[in-house]
Amino acid sequence: MLSRVANSIYWMCRYIERAENVARFISVNLNLLLDMPSEKGKHWEPLVMITGDQDRFEKSSPDYNQEAVIRFLTFDRTYPNSILSCLAAARENGRSIREIISSEMWEHLNNFYLELAGNGSLTMALEDPHRFFKIIQMRSHLFTGLMDSTMSHGEAWNFARIGMMMERADKTSRILDVKYFMLLPQADLVNTPIDNIQWTAVLKSASAFEMYRKEHHHITPRKVAGFLIFDSQFPRSIRHCIAKAQTCLHRISGSPPGSANNLAEKRLGRLKADLEYTDIDEVVDHGLHEYLDGLQTRLNQVDGAIGTTFFNLTPLIETSTNEQ
Amino acid sequence: METFRTYDPGDYYDELIDANGNPRPGSQLLVDKIESLPPGDLAMRQSAAEAMLLKMGITFNVYGRDEGTEKIMPFDIIPRIVSGSDWQQIESGLKQRIFALNEFIQDVYNDKKILKDKVVPEDLVLTSRTYRRECEGFTPPRGIWCHVTGTDLVRDRDGRFYVLEDNLRCPSGVSYVLENRQVLKRTFPQVFEASRVRPVDDYPSNLLKVLEHLAPDHVQSPTIGVLTPGIYNSAYFEHSFLSQQMGVELVEGRDLVVSDGFVHMLTTKGLKRVDVLYRRIDDDFIDPEVFRPDSLLGVKGLIGVYKAGRIAMANAPGTGIADDKVIYAYVPKIIKYYTGEEAILPNVPTYICRNDQDRAYVLAHLDQLVVKAANESGGYGMLVGPHASETERAAFAGKIAAEPRNYMAQPTISLSRVPTIVGDRIEGRHVDLRPYVLFGEEIYVQPGGLTRVALTRGSLVVNSSQGGGSKDTWVL
Repeated sequence: MLSRVANSIYWMCRYIERAENVARFISVNLNLLLDMPSEKGKHWEPLVMITGDQDRFEKSSPDYNQEAVIRFLTFDRTYPNSILSCLAAARENGRSIREIISSEMWEHLNNFYLELAGNGSLTMALEDPHRFFKIIQMRSHLFTGLMDSTMSHGEAWNFARIGMMMERADKTSRILDVKYFMLLPQADLVNTPIDNIQWTAVLKSASAFEMYRKEHHHITPRKVAGFLIFDSQFPRSIRHCIAKAQTCLHRISGSPPGSANNLAEKRLGRLKADLEYTDIDEVVDHGLHEYLDGLQTRLNQVDGAIGTTFFNLTPLIETSTNEQ
Repeated sequence: METFRTYDPGDYYDELIDANGNPRPGSQLLVDKIESLPPGDLAMRQSAAEAMLLKMGITFNVYGRDEGTEKIMPFDIIPRIVSGSDWQQIESGLKQRIFALNEFIQDVYNDKKILKDKVVPEDLVLTSRTYRRECEGFTPPRGIWCHVTGTDLVRDRDGRFYVLEDNLRCPSGVSYVLENRQVLKRTFPQVFEASRVRPVDDYPSNLLKVLEHLAPDHVQSPTIGVLTPGIYNSAYFEHSFLSQQMGVELVEGRDLVVSDGFVHMLTTKGLKRVDVLYRRIDDDFIDPEVFRPDSLLGVKGLIGVYKAGRIAMANAPGTGIADDKVIYAYVPKIIKYYTGEEAILPNVPTYICRNDQDRAYVLAHLDQLVVKAANESGGYGMLVGPHASETERAAFAGKIAAEPRNYMAQPTISLSRVPTIVGDRIEGRHVDLRPYVLFGEEIYVQPGGLTRVALTRGSLVVNSSQGGGSKDTWVL
């Protein structure tokens, strides 16, 4: 398939997954607020920290309050990682490959964007945020479902899956990292009810709470981190995402698992092996933050390798001609 | 909702209602249906149709505006109905016209007989901005130049169809024909079925056949692509739609490279050769080595490969010479010259500004005429005299005097009208008709075409970029 098309479908899915994750962060925070004594501002700052874009936020608002953060993360068109910007980008990518994806996918994505960009949505996000962000997540799931059930699982689909898995792995690592950052200076809170609530929130933002309970019963920071990084079954754990991405990558190139024919396969294969043969105790000894930081760097390297191997990236050109 | 009982066809030819206020023969079923709807139902069907188009993402971008000015092409659910006998004349007239124009293009780039015989003035052809010296001495695969044409027809008060314009470069709009039909089938299912409307849906497969017909002989199953300028082009939806319907690649200039004397696509598995391109990029932009060097849309070296016969293109570069709006005036003579027949579809009478007598007349009657530049499209570069201000007319008079070769003028035609939903009323609005013609092994005229409607009361400008909309066209 065309390199440009592969690139577009990969990014279309990354952007949708990114939008969903932003909605998840906000959702969980909203839940958290219901359980915790209010400390003004404190609960909204970590959300912007997850994104790593505090500077940008502070330019538009001096105060980390609920409305400002929701506006910024959801509707700010000048902020490229806001939900609206992500969906606009996903839709532009989708538009450029309409002939490749199914019309169900396109129509859903188009509608998803149009409704979010429509008049009523800001009001709803501020007045009934629980429902609003739930809807965003469900629409993203619906998109994934449509992709699975209306599009042939060929090369394009595999690129789409890789995009989704890479993005998800990255976001899961960021959720963990922020929790770590936030609690580090508050050692006195360790093992208190508040600490438990916060770790529960971390699990919930990855939809991992029930699955974690089945596996580990008690909530301990170490086990939560271990679950989200190393669990082989849970669909949002980093290891699982990387394994799925690798399967798709090998389907595209046709090379058997265990071999590597190109840079992307080499880097992804190495990353997967490391995740398989590392455990949480080693990570904690080494420092969770340092480990996650390294992981994010390696995810970026894999992304770069996919770009050079398949997409031959050239800059986008704005165009027009005279149609008659 | 006021309905047809109070509808006034006015002093125009109305496509659905005759001068006495009765439905024309093919329109009876539709009119009865609309009459029988409960109040508000027609408006509901109209908004359902619009919602469907928006949901399908059938939108176009307006040039020169910011992102977010994406609109659906306004669509009116009352169809335009063309009788079988009218259609027969249109179809045979278009086949004759396109055949002759193709002969003309081949001739002017090769033997130039028609110029030597002084049927068309030689300098007129050679000074046309769309004349491509690069095409001299070249014969495209199968001798076909204009594979896809959209010819604009209008119907005057006398009920006759006239050719207003030929579009032989990159005519757009056929996707609206197909999508409008999809929507309208759901809007008036019973009437549609009972009216026995001729189908338009086989256009993509006919287009595919035309493209396959062009492939070099040694290629068994050719790789075909639709070449688009990209998502910012106003017709991008159409490019994507056609490639999807035909099951061929949709490519941009940056997806293609010339290597080893062939054109290749950049794919995830390396280079893949392309044999036929349905290109929707103007000649000017298609190859920066040959035409505009600043073009970022085209493919370097494409024309070289094309002339070597290693890739086919539809439409062939150079076809623009036949839709120069001044050369248009000579088309009846061109038809006569190549076929020996009189034109079945007449031209609108045309004044050629390079002729002194015509120019004097045009300048003296600007308030009655429509003036057009030779090579503009989309309703740009045009003066509608009766609706223009004194200043606008003066400005145009200056342009004509400065560059007479580049202008022609026509009397204002009283375009026919079709009942159209306006708020909660049905009113007559002016329309034209653009049927699409494919030239492959034979010439095929899609039974239908795009009916463009000027939605503003009294307006005669139907272009989508100037506030026009569209209607489904039913050929019975």
